[in-house]
Amino acid sequence: MSTKNTPKCTIRIQEHDFSLDAAYQQLRQLSPEKTGAICTFTGLVRDYGDKEGVTGLYLEHYPGMTESSLQKIVDQAAQKWQFDGVHIIHRVGRLLLSEQIVFVGVCSSHRTDAFSTCEFIMDYLKTEAPFWKKEIDESGSEWVEAKQSDQARREKWCDDSA
Amino acid sequence: MKILFFASLREQLQTGEEHWPDLKNCLTVADVKNKLMSRGELWSKALSNTQLIISVNQEVSNLNTAIALEDELAFFPPVTGG
Repeated sequence: MSTKNTPKCTIRIQEHDFSLDAAYQQLRQLSPEKTGAICTFTGLVRDYGDKEGVTGLYLEHYPGMTESSLQKIVDQAAQKWQFDGVHIIHRVGRLLLSEQIVFVGVCSSHRTDAFSTCEFIMDYLKTEAPFWKKEIDESGSEWVEAKQSDQARREKWCDDSA
Repeated sequence: MKILFFASLREQLQTGEEHWPDLKNCLTVADVKNKLMSRGELWSKALSNTQLIISVNQEVSNLNTAIALEDELAFFPPVTGG
């Protein structure tokens, strides 16, 4: 479980959309002899529960720190699980309802490591990587508040390793 | 020294970036924050938000962190990506 490994990691911050298949195929090619499981997560823009009538989002980030904080999250995951590669794509700028925002894919020899790593990266990404969302509706726009439930999910991983 | 502001804080302050040619006698992040807050109500109100995160050279830091002229400081609200 705690074997140290140095997975191949690709991090992309971009305005344009991404192809789920292209991202998946890239993971398949990383370590074709070793990979036995690929777990992927895709996050989409939705109409938020706490505010109705959302038509889209504006996403801002801190160039440079975003990439280094995501790399640190992957490094932390590599201390806990065995995996061969990670592919992270996060979009910024203006996004419309139902568009893809984020992709996290993990390839590993075993499904349990792939599942856990993917979930861990998403939970940490949401609470540590410097991105900010602004919801846009007909009347204007408003910055999204950080959610306690996201913080609780992240802290759950600390309890697990205690 | 470069100082950056992001998201809601950037909008409140109506600026995203400033450069200091010298440290204005500041030794720590707290000194810089106090110097910025002394500019008036807009700045003191925006930067008094206790939830703000501070980074020095793109690493999350705190008020006691020492600063140098070549550093990049940033102030920003809790993150909401993903």
